[in-house]
Amino acid sequence: MPSKCSAKCGRNAVLKRPKTGDSLCKECFFEAFENEVHFTVTKAKLFKPNTTVAIGASGGKDSTVLAYVLKLLNEKYDYKLKLFLLSIDEGITGYRDDSLDTVKQNRDDYDIPLKILSYKDLYGWTMDEIVAEIGRKNNCTFCGVFRRQALDRGANLLKVDYLATGHNADDIAETVLMNILRGDVARLSRCTSIITDSGDGIPRVKPLKYCYEKEIVMYAYFRKLVYFSTECVFAPNAYRGHARILLKDLEKIDPAVIMNIIHSGETMKVSEHSKMPTLTKCTRCGYVSSQEICKACVLLEGLNKGLPRLGIGKSSKVKRILEENEKLKGASCNGEDNKCLCSGNDLKPSKFNDLKI
Amino acid sequence: MKITVEFSGGAELLFNNKKSHDVDLPDKDTNWTIANLLLWIKDNLLQERPELFLQDNSVRPGILVLVNDTDWELLGCLDYKIEPRDKIIFISTLHGG
Ligand SMILES: [Zn+2]
Ligand SMILES: [Zn+2]
Repeated sequence: MPSKCSAKCGRNAVLKRPKTGDSLCKECFFEAFENEVHFTVTKAKLFKPNTTVAIGASGGKDSTVLAYVLKLLNEKYDYKLKLFLLSIDEGITGYRDDSLDTVKQNRDDYDIPLKILSYKDLYGWTMDEIVAEIGRKNNCTFCGVFRRQALDRGANLLKVDYLATGHNADDIAETVLMNILRGDVARLSRCTSIITDSGDGIPRVKPLKYCYEKEIVMYAYFRKLVYFSTECVFAPNAYRGHARILLKDLEKIDPAVIMNIIHSGETMKVSEHSKMPTLTKCTRCGYVSSQEICKACVLLEGLNKGLPRLGIGKSSKVKRILEENEKLKGASCNGEDNKCLCSGNDLKPSKFNDLKI
Repeated sequence: MKITVEFSGGAELLFNNKKSHDVDLPDKDTNWTIANLLLWIKDNLLQERPELFLQDNSVRPGILVLVNDTDWELLGCLDYKIEPRDKIIFISTLHGG
């Protein structure tokens, strides 16, 4: 016999909430889920009215639910936000086609404008071109570094007021665990923040920070939202995968571990005596970095100078090669060719002007 | 006993990318439970890497199960007794996007 909804609405429950243990019907679940996101948004004062918000959209479950819920709350509570979807096309033949199709469907279904930026727009190179230059073996370095910065660079390029991403509670708990396992105290103290800054003054916000992955997937299922699933995140040997497996195993025993880990991360204080890496801004692109020049700019410099292996090894070696390059070539590479991103904030190709947001 | 089994959220990748499967479970003396069904799926439907779908005689943590659009956690999980024409869905939350 199905159990009744804990909200006493008389309907049959359809799911057990990991967060509260309540059994809720579809309608009461929608309301609880949406209200909680609204509470998160208002309590943290995530957005100011009359601003533009780019929603980092991959076509996956998290960003799809984020887009749907933000649109709904924006109308219901009159946040006065101009929302649009921002997607990145890495330029890997055949890789993004399906997920970009999904994002395009999100655009039509939810009536939210979509802007797709390519790696070519952001970095001057497609991943296919990078692979051709460097070979398959090392392209993971590029992919990882470029992907991490892509949305940030895109948001900066489009001069939005906020970049919202679909990070959920499980993601954040996983990142807390990862930073503990790595002893990365600097990231540990930052990774639970609901608002972060990458150095350019555009706040990165996570409205789904307290939403369980199970509830996001259930929400998408019951709302019949279309999303795209890429290959398993449990790629063999992926370090993050191990943290994720551990977390999922623990969550099965007690779903509260997710909130407990986030809470621990939020309240942990770094001792004043501990040595912290000083964070500075990349002198080329302004992105927050522990080095003078961020990894992406180093990799780009290597590509643009025909030394694609630059940046794959140790950073001290990178610095030496860079210094040697500077001496050899004299001036900076700024303006040397149109592939250079060293001008960072000044990069404004005319085609971005047609963005209607 | 005829039922429908569906895989989504990326779980279908382990089943030849086929989402919906109409299944006729062989008669047996005792009731069919989800626990029995999982073993049957492993032997009859699963195409590759069973460790990505099953763990310790259950589904792998992170895979959601719904019976007729109701969370199996409300129905006794592995012990749920399957009825004819049930629609049982496995949704992976483990896949990125
Ligand atoms: Zn209800
Ligand atoms: Zn940089």
